Amino acid sequence: MSTFAFIFLLFSVTILIIAAFFAAFKKDLLQAVIATSIISLSLAVIFYILQAPDVALTEAAIGVALSTIVFVLTIRNTKRMEE
Amino acid sequence: MNDVFFIVIMSMLVLAGVIAAIRFVKGPTAADRVVAMDNISVIIIATLVFVAYFFQRYIYIDVSLVYAVLGFIGILTIARYLEGGI
Amino acid sequence: METILNYLGYFFVSIGAVFLVLGAFGILRMPDFYTRIQAGTKSSTLGAMSFIFGVGLLEPAWFIKTLVIVVFIAISNPISSHALARGAYKSHHQPYLKDGVDAYKEVENQKEVKL
Repeated sequence: MSTFAFIFLLFSVTILIIAAFFAAFKKDLLQAVIATSIISLSLAVIFYILQAPDVALTEAAIGVALSTIVFVLTIRNTKRMEE
Repeated sequence: MNDVFFIVIMSMLVLAGVIAAIRFVKGPTAADRVVAMDNISVIIIATLVFVAYFFQRYIYIDVSLVYAVLGFIGILTIARYLEGGI
Repeated sequence: METILNYLGYFFVSIGAVFLVLGAFGILRMPDFYTRIQAGTKSSTLGAMSFIFGVGLLEPAWFIKTLVIVVFIAISNPISSHALARGAYKSHHQPYLKDGVDAYKEVENQKEVKL
């Protein structure tokens, strides 16, 4: 692995940690779902840099499309704000 | 030529990603954060294609293709939820 | 021929990277939601299309697949931005009006009168 790939890996891990804190501590659940989508995005980038493109492809398909739809439907049927 | 070009373009893309991530942290409403997420995903599609060119792996482009096809479905769902007609 | 294609690819990739950075700056600096989405979608769509097309010129064996990605970005990114702006207007985001004219509201009122 070259040096620049390592720096890029470090950058995307930083983005992942920021988004994870955001998803854990936000009261508005819709914004937490958006942060979950960011987590899945940067996780796919990490798999990609570590040379596993098939895992990254599956993570992209499930994390971006399917889990967002399921979470938004759940929020629609319950409440948006957390007490 | 090729290495210098790669480093300059990659640092520009990382700069764009950092700026969009600042808007994602700052943005007051949910819609602002969705716009920031959309922009970050477009930047990541471009970055993955460029890294595939640098590593010379043809198979790596498929990840970017899946993002370009499926990336807008989640945003469309959130927009329908904000509109109130899902 | 080879070098001309390479220089053309470098040119397109550089233009795309500049437009992506400018789109990100527009998202950071604009005053309200609608101007932000305008800066983000226009500039970053053009930037990503030019960038990926340039990579396809740099590596001519990949040209077909990069062209497919370009077409999908050109279709999907404006659709999602349009739906998002409409949803934000319906959920009572107030636009920043310099001269006080809200054209979308007037069009909606005319529709109600006709019906």
